This record gives sequence, C-alpha cells and structure tokens, in this order.
Amino acid sequence: MSVRHALLALLSEGPKYGLQLRTEFEDRTGEVWPLNVGQVYQTLQRLERDGLVTSDDDGDGDDGGPQKGFRITGAGRDELDAWLRTPAIDVAPPRDELVIKVLVALRLPGVDLAEVVQVHRRHLVELMQQYTRLKEDASPDDVSLGLVADAELFRLDAVVRWLDAAEARARQAPPGEPAPVTSRPRLPRRIGAGR
Amino acid sequence: MSALDVRAVTKTYGEGTTAVHALVDVDLTVEPGEFVAVMGPSGSGKSTLLTIAGSLEEPTSGSVRVGGRDLAALGRRGRERLRRREVGYVFQDFNLLAGLSAAENVALPLELDGVPAGRAAATARAALDDLGLAEGLDRFPDELSGGERQRVAIARAVVGERRLLLADEPTGALDSANGEGVMRLIRAVGARGVATVVATHDAQLAAWADRVVFLRDGRMVDRTGARPDPATLLGTGTEA
Repeated sequence: MSVRHALLALLSEGPKYGLQLRTEFEDRTGEVWPLNVGQVYQTLQRLERDGLVTSDDDGDGDDGGPQKGFRITGAGRDELDAWLRTPAIDVAPPRDELVIKVLVALRLPGVDLAEVVQVHRRHLVELMQQYTRLKEDASPDDVSLGLVADAELFRLDAVVRWLDAAEARARQAPPGEPAPVTSRPRLPRRIGAGR
Repeated sequence: MSALDVRAVTKTYGEGTTAVHALVDVDLTVEPGEFVAVMGPSGSGKSTLLTIAGSLEEPTSGSVRVGGRDLAALGRRGRERLRRREVGYVFQDFNLLAGLSAAENVALPLELDGVPAGRAAATARAALDDLGLAEGLDRFPDELSGGERQRVAIARAVVGERRLLLADEPTGALDSANGEGVMRLIRAVGARGVATVVATHDAQLAAWADRVVFLRDGRMVDRTGARPDPATLLGTGTEA
C-alpha cells in the first residue's frame, strides 16, 4: 500500500492540509486502512524533499502544524501518472506462510493434513464473513468500501480455494511415505523466504 | 422452537461392501431467521443433507424436525403438505416454468396448495414487491436475466407462510454481482424470519451466512462461531 502515491493522488485534486489528507485517505479506502498523523507528515516531508509537493512555508521556522497546506508539483503529477500504470509488484503474499505450514503438515508424522487445512479454512471463512458483513452494512453509495471489501474477499477466496485444491491433491496422492526431500524439485526461493 | 432440527442423521446408499455413506451422524439446528451455510466439496453430502432436511428423502437413521414436527411421525401425506406449505427450495438451475410469467411462477405453489387464483396472484405480487422485484412481474423467464430468474425463484420459494428456505448452490453460474444480489435477497428473506440453509462449495457465498458448517465425506467436521462483528476489522491501525 503506497501511502506516498495515495497522498499525491489526493493532492492532484487541489491543495490540502495535512489533517484533511489523512481524513480523505481513510474515507476513500473505506476506513479499512487507518493511517496515523505521524505517517502522513513523515510522508509529506519526504515528498517535499523529493520535489513532488510544495508546502506554504511562511519561513518563520514553524512547521505550520495541522494548518500547513500542501500542493502537488509538476514532477509529482508525472510520478503519480507513472505509478498508476506500473504493474503492482508481488509483495510476498501472506499465504506464503500458509504454504509452508501445509507443506510441513504434509510431511510431519502424526499430523492430519485435512485437520490443519480446516483450521486455516475456518479462520479464512470467518474473516470473509466479517468483510461480507462490512459490505452488507455499507451504504450502496459507498463504492470505495464495497471495492475494498471485494478486494479482500477475492484474495481470501483464492487462499480458501488453494486449501481445497491442496487437500484434494494430497488425497489423490498414492498412499505410503512421501518421497524423500532430496528427490523433490527445488522450490522457488520466494516460498522459502522467511516471513 | 427451532425452524430445523437435524439429529444424528445418517444416510447410507447400498449395502455391505458397496455401501456409500453419504451422511454420517450429522447434527444441524437452525433457528427462525438464521442463515446457515453448509460448505463442502462435491460429494461431501451437502445436497443429501438438504434433500433430507426438506423431506425429499428419508434418512437411514436419525431424526429431522421442521418447525418442531418430526418428519417421520408426519406420514407421507403430512410430509407432502409440509413441502407444499412450509418449505421452499431453490436449485442451481432455476426451475421456473417457461410458459408462466414471473408473477405466475411465484403464484404457482399457492395455487397448487388450493389458494384461489385471484388471491394467489395478489399474494405473489406482494411477495415480489416486498423483495424489491416489482419490475418485470409480467415478463417470462426467457426475458429475465440469470440473476433476475434466480431472485424470482427465491421469491417463489418463500411465498406464503414458508419458514424454511433450502438452497443448493443458488448462485450457480451467475457472475459475482448477480450472485451478490441473490445473497442479499436471501438475507432480506432471513430478516423476515425465514430460516435458510444454503449448500455451497463457494466461500464467498458461504461468507454471507450467520454460521458456516463444514462437511467432509458426510461428516460435519467443523463450524464457524457466530457471525463476527466487522468492527474488529476497523480500528486496527497504528494510531495510539
């Protein structure tokens, strides 16, 4: 989640105060991503240092506090435009840890894979119930909230479907001891990366 | 009194070494207005559970009560009456009659139950209107979209005094927006006191339910807690 570019997007609509930026950010992300004031000002300082925004600095050494206004620069607009079109980088999704757990459960003696999978499935479905209710209780006009809830629901749904597929695959495997680890193809490094 | 009370239900097809255990010692209680999703892969027994809960099939052992009445004690005629008056079914393929308009489809179960045509039509229109389906009352199924057809099928399933709605993969091949419309309608029906059981393999559908129970190989292996409060998703920020 790029707070930096979200702030640039808000400033592309016109000059705004720091506190105002924080409120608008939370409104537009359906309040699912709360942001603290310190984060907002720290990010604004960096944007200003990089020449992407300017502030109305009155030169008295005071930082202006919550009433200090910010505006986007030409370079800031270029940066925002480039970011919108840059493919989102796969930032090691949280299910990677789940992949490791399921891989371990598959090999560990005395562990029932289906039971381990079900514990995670239930947890994910309970989270999905929360996001669904969030969407259900939201005003139909609140497109942002619906959109954010859908994003989480589709992501969690994909993980549940992976668990279903993992369980089915393990069931179809021939009975007996799993093959020794050394004979297995190497996993891509990312899966093994510690989280 | 529970709307549905399934106790220790087992369903076995065939005998001896070829026996298939579709359900094994399943318990499920659903209160009026409650929405329960039965989640499991195909072959897990969820459709069998619905047909037994709706008295379309009899369990090998165990008991089923609908609105407090034991189905086994009702007899065949009693079960038929219960199916006509108190239980609504929705299946994946919409099952609307092509030669009847939306309103006529909804009126049909009432007419089959002996309600005079005029009163059945008025009740059907009121039910459709009540569920926000007043548009297109006189259109025929082939003039409705998939989502509209399924919403009409739900209205038909709950028209009159039906207290139990049983739906098997009710969003079938619908896209996600139409699927959501169907689930919102099911929740609206629940708010009117109808108990609902939806069988699905789809977590996004199951997530609309108050409770989710998980079936594997005919056994109920797990369940979620009560529907969690979404407030716990908010206020999880870093602000002191």
